[in-house]
Amino acid sequence: MKHIVRKPYWDYMKEEAWLNEMSARGMALTDYSWCRYVFTDAEPGEYVYRIELLEHVPTHPESMAYIRFLEENGVECVATYMRWIYLRKKTAEGPFDIYSDIDSKINHYRRVNAFWNVLMYLEFGAALINIAVVVFYILFPPESIYYYPAHTHVVRSSDFPTVNAICAGILIVIGLMFVRLGRPIRRMIRKLKKEKTIRE
Amino acid sequence: MPESSERGALTEAVFYILLSLYSAMHGYGIMQNVKELSGGRVDLGPGTLYGALNTLLQKDWIKSVKSERDSRKKEYLITDLGKEMVKSEIKRLEELIANGKRITGGVLS
Repeated sequence: MKHIVRKPYWDYMKEEAWLNEMSARGMALTDYSWCRYVFTDAEPGEYVYRIELLEHVPTHPESMAYIRFLEENGVECVATYMRWIYLRKKTAEGPFDIYSDIDSKINHYRRVNAFWNVLMYLEFGAALINIAVVVFYILFPPESIYYYPAHTHVVRSSDFPTVNAICAGILIVIGLMFVRLGRPIRRMIRKLKKEKTIRE
Repeated sequence: MPESSERGALTEAVFYILLSLYSAMHGYGIMQNVKELSGGRVDLGPGTLYGALNTLLQKDWIKSVKSERDSRKKEYLITDLGKEMVKSEIKRLEELIANGKRITGGVLS
């Protein structure tokens, strides 16, 4: 039987932990699209789930070669979303970690960190544009255009750009959220780097 | 000739992958073999193995060969250059072990 759960997750590590909790209860993820999880009944604890961020989109030849490699090795790719892939392996086949050495772990965390950073810059960039609109309004209030000669046809709204101000606020909050999402990842990278100075 | 910068220690994963590939093997075979060789201690993650195989291919330490049993599955085999790397790593490890035993008196004492 299929169960559909709608749930938003920002932090992929928490998401992964939740998927494994669900699997332990006999609900195995079989498909995912934005905030929509499809679970199918399975033996409790039959599968271990892992979420990975690829370097390229899943349809890229390199990603396809990688996913094929995983499937040859008993790892099933149940869903892809943007550059994220949802993987599972039968618990009976032993522990399942995609990366087993410090270097490749650091690499993956760096990729995730860069992913959140790009989104953060996008949000802050968009916020900046909105802030610029508001600042422009404050510096050059509409009254000043009354002195333009009639034939220049300067058309400006005389209202305060409330929408821009609200957008700027929202965008900054979202941007800050991406900063927060990257924080545990950056902490992991620092920890692993320290570990790397004394062991492989 | 390998560059002098390549004389550093090999990672445990790479060392065991290279050892496994003295006979042709595919990815899953390597993982099983490494686990067996190390008595279950080294459990290669598929992502780590994939990355290592690609790097080793680029360096010509291993090559991919057509599988006789299953043509869809890629198999890998160590090259002469790869064998050279394993040998120089063994030399390095022997030095470590000899010094370690000499100074500590050995793990068994």
